[in-house]
Amino acid sequence: MSVLVDQHTRVVVQGITGREGLFHTRQMIAYGTQVVAGVTPGKGGEWADGVPVFDTCKLAVEATAANCALIFVPARFAADAMLEAADAGLPLIVCISEGVPVQDMILVRPYLDKCGARLIGPNCPGLLTPGSAKVGIIPGHIASVGTVGVVARSGTLTYEVLHALKQAGLGTSTCVGIGGDPVNGTSFLDVLKLFEEDPLTEKVVLIGEIGGRDEEDAAAFIADNYSKPVAAFIAGQSAPAGKRMGHAGAIVEGGAGTASEKIAALKAAGVRVARHPEELPALLA
Amino acid sequence: MKLHEYQAKTIFAANGIAIPRGRVAETKEQARDIATELRGRVVVKAQVLVGGRGKAGGVKVADTPAAALKHAGDILGMHIKGLPVRKVLVDEAAAIRTEIYFGITNDRSARKPVMIASASGGIDIEEVAALTPEKIIREHVDPFLGLRDYQLRHIASMIDLPREHWTAFAKIAHGLYSVFKNTDATLAEINPLVITEANQLVALDGKLVVDDNALYRHPELESMRDSDEETPAETEARTHGLSYVALDGEIGCMVNGAGLAMATMDIIQLYGGRPANFLDVGGGAGAEKVAAALRIILRDTKVKALLINIFGGITRCDEVARGVLAALETVAARLPMVVRLVGTNEEEGRKLLAEARMLTATSLADAAQKVVAAAGGAQ
Repeated sequence: MSVLVDQHTRVVVQGITGREGLFHTRQMIAYGTQVVAGVTPGKGGEWADGVPVFDTCKLAVEATAANCALIFVPARFAADAMLEAADAGLPLIVCISEGVPVQDMILVRPYLDKCGARLIGPNCPGLLTPGSAKVGIIPGHIASVGTVGVVARSGTLTYEVLHALKQAGLGTSTCVGIGGDPVNGTSFLDVLKLFEEDPLTEKVVLIGEIGGRDEEDAAAFIADNYSKPVAAFIAGQSAPAGKRMGHAGAIVEGGAGTASEKIAALKAAGVRVARHPEELPALLA
Repeated sequence: MKLHEYQAKTIFAANGIAIPRGRVAETKEQARDIATELRGRVVVKAQVLVGGRGKAGGVKVADTPAAALKHAGDILGMHIKGLPVRKVLVDEAAAIRTEIYFGITNDRSARKPVMIASASGGIDIEEVAALTPEKIIREHVDPFLGLRDYQLRHIASMIDLPREHWTAFAKIAHGLYSVFKNTDATLAEINPLVITEANQLVALDGKLVVDDNALYRHPELESMRDSDEETPAETEARTHGLSYVALDGEIGCMVNGAGLAMATMDIIQLYGGRPANFLDVGGGAGAEKVAAALRIILRDTKVKALLINIFGGITRCDEVARGVLAALETVAARLPMVVRLVGTNEEEGRKLLAEARMLTATSLADAAQKVVAAAGGAQ
């Protein structure tokens, strides 16, 4: 077992007929993921690369017993897609879409909580459990099967780290991309708890960045009796205050959310903090 | 996106918030005419999208229209923190008895809006928060219930607002929350909210920052965008769908992905160089995007060397390499370039670039050291 997804996960892709949706559906199927349905309003009854397309999530779930939603719709439709997935009873919702307004997330998140749905993202690369499933856009071949749990706010920086781990002969149990938005679903803390309970995860890598307090919350949790060793890298040490660095959530506001605060909090919690991403594999030794 | 004070206050007024009488002027003559209309003492305020304009001399009180003309003339020529002042707001001057702070923003951790109030208004709220945090009152708003009156009575009592003003304060707070919600704001702020000598509550200054991701549903706000807020390079980047932030260093960076772009800047700094920019070229990194990114980076004459760092996951490195070479045919770049390609088809990509006599690197550390050396060594 691993966390969140495995070979039994049955994925419904919302926005499956779009360019991104279709491309990554193919990649996921090639990796061995069970993509059982797609949803595109107005295209119900069609097929997308052998996957049946439905008009609504509810119809897709009834017909295919899907248990995980993956969202590729444009940002302005993403809130609706997340709510629809939760209402259809899907317990795990992964939202790749970038650019969802904060006020949409402020309404979506509590509703999903009420439905008992776990959200990963938005603005995230999704999930990868090497050797068994990928739900999202993380390139499958850059990571190998292993015992390091990886959790990160960014995309390519995460790939960089997965690749570096693989080069160093270290495999990954599960990689969770939680996304770069200020208001999201699953936090570092949530994933740390999952890794703590996962027998296949022996060590954890946390890749944070400037903005918010998610890393500090994670540090407090680690300090409070976390049993597995954690190594971390925080991006944005050279970023100026008040400027948004690409990700909607990557901004130092009112002097808070700096890389140095996060690094200090993690170090105080006993986490080994890398000066740059390539140092991470050595810190796990 | 930030709005100017005069734009924010116009929106505030439309939502029932009392603001001083006044209008915006683009010339000193207009400022004089507005002052004549308003009669009496006025304040001439630079409309510029940076803080600290008061300290920079961008806010002046004028007792006569002639004085307003002079102050407006001085202020309209100014640059404040590098931004030109093109407009001034001419407001009637208020006789102030008390200054309060009142703002609404999103609390990322709590994932809901939060009202922030303080009896110490008129000064930088971050300073108040740092020096006297006990003077700051925070009250979350449930997004489904909206703002409730009892919460406002709580805030009013905590900031010692005299009871005679509670009704007026509630009206202003409800108005500001409507603005916050209806404009998809990330910050709606009145600082200061004053009690005047005439015993009225008035919003003397206003700040409104709108969520860029929500601008598609607010075309009326998008049209208020001040292009001076961005440098020409930032504007060009935005039109090409690139994420770019200019910095002060001498090493240009082109990276795919925001997190990796930040990490690349960090490692340049770690090895003694200084990044000239943040640039996320996004997914795909085709020739056209790479060319646009190159042009944008090379606009900055401080740039002495360039680091291209691409992680090819889905994107293939040989494609990126061809993109870089094609871009170089359209953009003349006579400075040293270090390219690091990692991931799918990396060897093929590196070979293409090496044939074109570009410096290549395999590890991030190697790339950073090479580019710092190429830019003339550690600073």
